[in-house]
Amino acid sequence: MPKTLAEKVYDAHVVRSAAGEPDLLYIDLHLIHEVTSPQAFDGLRAAGRTVRRPELTMATEDHNVPTLDILAPIADPVSRAQVEALRKNAAEFGIRLAPMGDRDQGIVHVIGPQLGLTQPGMTIVCGDSHTSTHGAFGALAFGIGTSEVEHVLATQTLPQYRPKQMAVTVDGELPPGVSAKDVILAVIAEIGTNGAQGHVIEYRGSAIEALSMEARMTICNMSIEAGAKAGLIAPDATTFAFLQGRPHVPQGADWDAAVEYWSTLRTDEGAGFDREVHLDASTLTPYVTWGTNPGQGLPIAGSVPDPADAADEGERRATEQALAYMGLTAGTPLRDISVDTVFLGSCTNGRIEDLRVAAELLRGKHIDGNTRMLVVPGSVGVKAQAEAEGLDRVFLDAGAEWRGAGCSMCLGMNPDQLKPGERSASTSNRNFQGRQGKGGRTHLVSPAVAAATALTGKLTAPADLPDVPANAGV
Amino acid sequence: MDAFTTHTGTAAPLRRSAVDTDQIIPAEYLKRITRTGFEDGLFVAWRRNEPDFVLNQPQYADASILVAGPDFGTGSSREHAVWALLDGGFRAVISSRFADIFRNNSTKSGLLTVVLPQADVEALWAAVEADPATQVTVDLNARQVSYGSTTVPFEIDDYTRWRLLEGLDDVGLTERHLTAVDTFEAGRPAWLPKALPVV
Repeated sequence: MPKTLAEKVYDAHVVRSAAGEPDLLYIDLHLIHEVTSPQAFDGLRAAGRTVRRPELTMATEDHNVPTLDILAPIADPVSRAQVEALRKNAAEFGIRLAPMGDRDQGIVHVIGPQLGLTQPGMTIVCGDSHTSTHGAFGALAFGIGTSEVEHVLATQTLPQYRPKQMAVTVDGELPPGVSAKDVILAVIAEIGTNGAQGHVIEYRGSAIEALSMEARMTICNMSIEAGAKAGLIAPDATTFAFLQGRPHVPQGADWDAAVEYWSTLRTDEGAGFDREVHLDASTLTPYVTWGTNPGQGLPIAGSVPDPADAADEGERRATEQALAYMGLTAGTPLRDISVDTVFLGSCTNGRIEDLRVAAELLRGKHIDGNTRMLVVPGSVGVKAQAEAEGLDRVFLDAGAEWRGAGCSMCLGMNPDQLKPGERSASTSNRNFQGRQGKGGRTHLVSPAVAAATALTGKLTAPADLPDVPANAGV
Repeated sequence: MDAFTTHTGTAAPLRRSAVDTDQIIPAEYLKRITRTGFEDGLFVAWRRNEPDFVLNQPQYADASILVAGPDFGTGSSREHAVWALLDGGFRAVISSRFADIFRNNSTKSGLLTVVLPQADVEALWAAVEADPATQVTVDLNARQVSYGSTTVPFEIDDYTRWRLLEGLDDVGLTERHLTAVDTFEAGRPAWLPKALPVV
């Protein structure tokens, strides 16, 4: 029977299957961080349990770490206690931890791929909904809650129900200045924040195959914003080239064996999907969000929607609530919206390629005088690479701030926050009310739009800038 | 977790769709390392900034059933959202659609999430708005929601229902099958990655 890629990975990890019960699925890699793990370790201790496979578990500090003075003790005592709890738990249970200051520290979804811990065909979980990022490698990767973190720590397995299968096919060639972020924002705008509920999305088609691993990670990262269980992409030569030589990737004969297996990880001819969506890449333009969920987005040439045009009463009310929170008036061209802050970073767009795209647009220029720009590399490794390429100088010379690695202003658990009423253009993944700070207003954008917006102080596409090379921002 | 069999209480009508877990409890409240005490973060932005927010209205202050618009619990996987609802006195949430991770988390901590068709949600909203003292019963045994003269059935899979009725701990259930886990592990390729430091 023909299978989809996701079904192949799922089936290869079923430990036990019984009628009327969920399957028991083996977990190859468990990533943990300070925010969603302390109660899980407490649960283990209370029940007298231990961590079954500490060597299949990797910990890092990312969500509430400061991005300034990272070697000083954390000023916020509650954040500090949480980070200290992770350090204590990792030491007690024998789990490798990349703490602040470590060369391997960074956002959990950036370091997994960077270290080569993320590989095709694996099952990967983390107490974080953006775990879907790792699906870019053809892994089945999904976010879990703290009770499930405890379950995986104790048993290295999870009870799971077989997800439904969805295909998002993007064919054609992306126009200059249009990136993976625009693709996924367009997909979510099309299918809605519940469009993939209960499904695993497989992204396929010529436009997806042409993407780099960084770009594929951006797409898979935001699968959860369409409500998906996970998102994945079949591994190919691009995947193997990215992985080869990374620290945890097999070598020699093992590499050959791995590649042979990985090459079988594609959807069989004739395999069925429960839902299919098609997009033509050549019709896409830079997308920005105007509302308070990631599905409320439009091409940047558009205008703020009018609640009166809503399809039904529920949508009308949701649009009104979003415009009231965002301080926007229906009909305002999106390009007329001024921002106070530009945030470049996060597990969505905090990788080296994202920084390169933005730096190229900023090189030799200065950002708008009323706008601040925060550049937060996704990991210490990304930061080091960017500095080796001189990108830090480009950002600093342009008037941006160059920070340490972490989740930072994506969710404002550390001091990097918007003030009430402030407006950002952000390369992160969520424009929920208050996400980047109480009362803060978020417009989700690509790294290229973020950089162009920083230069003008208003939502701007790279192609709107004078003297922009035709291929900039790709 | 606490078992859930049946619960009767008053209900609060939350007429909003796509309520994300950042609204249920914002990130700044996730820094605690305990599993209880999250009630102060529950819907805190709406409680502080919107005087007419449903939970600010005295007639709904003691509600133990939340009746929400579609797509409740989207976004972040934070189980703290479930804990905050429980700490805030809620035992059940009714909606026409829940985000997957939130619903899954709710089953681990004994918060019952009930899916009803949107028309039934609308009818329940109307009933509890007309009379906030309306007693609503969520009966997991009988798989039905009832209030006044209305009874509406809901679906829940047998396994999850059994776990909730018995208040069973998933880890304990899985530990019955550790031999199968041992067997599976023995067959894993040796080249699969281990998160040990690479020198």
